[in-house]
Amino acid sequence: MSSNAQKTGFGATIWDYITTVDHKKIAILYLISGGFFFLVGGVEAMLIRIQLMKAGNDFLSAGTYNEVLTMHGTTMIFLAAMPILFAFMNSIAPLQIGARDVAFPFLNSLGFWLFFFGGVFLNLSWFLGGAPDAGWTNYASLALASEGHGIDFYSLGLTISGFGSLIAGINFLVTIINMRAPGMTYMRMPLFTWTTFVASALILLAFPPLTVGIFFMIFDRLFGANFFDVTMGGNTIIWEHFFWIFGHPEVYILILPAFGIFSEIFAIFSRKRLFGYTALVFATILIGFYGFMVWAHHMFTTGLGPTANAVFALATMIIAVPTGIKIFNWLLTIWGGSISFTVPMIYAVAFIPSFTAGGVTGVMQAIAPLDYQLHDSYFIVAHFHYVIVGGVVLAILAGTHLYWPKMFGTMLSEKLGKWTFWFFFIGFHLTFFIQHFLGLMGMPRRVYTFGADQGWDLFNAISTVGAFFMAVGVIILLVNVVMTTIKNERVGNDPWGDGRTLEWAIPSPPPFYNFAQTPLVRGLDPYWIEKMEGNKEGMIYAEPLGDIHMPNNSFIPFVMSLGMFVASFGALYHLDGDKAWALPVLIIGLGITFGSMLVRSWKDDLGFIVTKEELIADQERIQREAQAREGGKNGGLK
Amino acid sequence: MAHDTHDIHRSRAEYEFVKRKRATEMRGQLTSFAIMIFLTLIAFTLVAAEFSPYLIVPILLLLAAIQVVLQLYHFMHMGNKGHGMMAFFMFSGMFIAFLTVLAMVTIVWW
Repeated sequence: MSSNAQKTGFGATIWDYITTVDHKKIAILYLISGGFFFLVGGVEAMLIRIQLMKAGNDFLSAGTYNEVLTMHGTTMIFLAAMPILFAFMNSIAPLQIGARDVAFPFLNSLGFWLFFFGGVFLNLSWFLGGAPDAGWTNYASLALASEGHGIDFYSLGLTISGFGSLIAGINFLVTIINMRAPGMTYMRMPLFTWTTFVASALILLAFPPLTVGIFFMIFDRLFGANFFDVTMGGNTIIWEHFFWIFGHPEVYILILPAFGIFSEIFAIFSRKRLFGYTALVFATILIGFYGFMVWAHHMFTTGLGPTANAVFALATMIIAVPTGIKIFNWLLTIWGGSISFTVPMIYAVAFIPSFTAGGVTGVMQAIAPLDYQLHDSYFIVAHFHYVIVGGVVLAILAGTHLYWPKMFGTMLSEKLGKWTFWFFFIGFHLTFFIQHFLGLMGMPRRVYTFGADQGWDLFNAISTVGAFFMAVGVIILLVNVVMTTIKNERVGNDPWGDGRTLEWAIPSPPPFYNFAQTPLVRGLDPYWIEKMEGNKEGMIYAEPLGDIHMPNNSFIPFVMSLGMFVASFGALYHLDGDKAWALPVLIIGLGITFGSMLVRSWKDDLGFIVTKEELIADQERIQREAQAREGGKNGGLK
Repeated sequence: MAHDTHDIHRSRAEYEFVKRKRATEMRGQLTSFAIMIFLTLIAFTLVAAEFSPYLIVPILLLLAAIQVVLQLYHFMHMGNKGHGMMAFFMFSGMFIAFLTVLAMVTIVWW
């Protein structure tokens, strides 16, 4: 019996998701856990804004404020934004290139569970003696002086989840290079696949510096090394370099997939092919390269000297060129299109001015002398929230609406979606626009309170009101998700009606084997081409219907990651000196990980075959369901 | 798996073509092997002749770079068809690593 015979029941479903190697199910895992951490980070943001609501507030103590602020940044970047983007990459990119799955399904699962356990480990710090409190950048002079285990939770947790990200990145690279359907040349790949590709390359090159930096940090804190200790001949600035050599590409790892999602949205809802597709592709690659050449602009005020500052200032300004190319291409895609303002399109249109505002303040900060004024002020806070919320988070919300039907087979309510949008969009600008001026008025970032005589009361109060608007928007989105799931109105292949790329040529959600036959790609926007030529069948195919070889589910990735998780506790408490159990825990944890590696290496797992007969039966079932749906009510937007 | 192996039947012309191609490749490998030994000789001579380290170090680094390229193209077949993406990624990685190390060296330690 092959494993497409479905067991139902709650326990069986949970077991299925824990052991799954299916890219679509792993995408759902990424979405759920990323979404959970997004809510955690959101609650932390609300705590920050409540504390800063009025002068001299004592809602949070100074120490707790530092922890909340650190965990807000760390959670949002590493545990919310990246995983949610991984969810879309996993779910959509293999479909867009017509692949059966990702190149390494087992590694895909391993990557997820490493991220998950790393994130859980980091957040357990709240209950185990205090969270990290040296900012998400964790600058060494501050971090080394931090008492308690907060920083160790940070470094060990991020090491584990960093392995996960690296594995995911490599997996996408190999998938996109090797598993494109016949006819899917590089210059026919959808923009979302392209940005996934470049973002994965950035992950490949950017995460090792972070890992090295964090290793040094672990050695300094846990084993008494002196990499960053100036009194012992170390150099505390090196951490900053390592962090930003990783950190600047990291923001492009976040924003490039966001660009990809918006590129898809503009083309779909303007019913036009992307304007300047080639330019968009090369701008993406160029941004990837420039991302590695500008890191020191985060460090203008550390005293690198005028030459270094000038070089990095100029390099930074150059990035505005490819980004500008993208903005104009999107505008020209909309221009003259037959536009429908669905929820994703509204987000996309709102993204352009919001993100451009963040980009412009970025160029302002690239001017090194001006940066001496702006550095470590609320102007910086406003800037990076404009690019990350105005770019990445809007893309995540837009992508959630756009790809929800493809991932879950139901459409999120357009009406509630618009409510979410307006609350979130107004709240976002209300919160952060005014922070530019707080910065110019001299309010430093990362302070837990301010005085009544400093004239910052009103603007801070307005900013807090905006944060509540955003919270209301997110709550409406959650309501939307619950209501849509309860209603459970199934939709067809192409619920938006104007899908252009391959993922819309397949049922929503796709069967576990994706395309029964590998499609043949005849140009950019392959599904659109077939539609325009009146192809009733959807696509033409590159191969006859035949047996499909699929990988088996595996429990090993979960156990392997669990071992790392257990070992981290041992490493963390070993250095207290008074805990005899710490060393055994470390050894047992590593034993679990290496043991499961051995099992994986020695056990032959040849997967299973979906036979042609089973495929035909399954395809007929899908057709019956589609006919039943169309007989009843038209699913989807039109 | 055994049933996945394919027997390859070549026509006479194909056979000749493959043979000629292999001969060219072999010649390339022998040539670059000779060059590499020669470069190594230069390196040893430089050090044995006790020139100033400021002369030796940059020349040694340059020779090393040439050796790497020869190795990649003639012995590891990077010039063959279908290796474009690998070459692109390797050289991008090297370029970025070089810039990063250069910048670190110049602004941190000088």
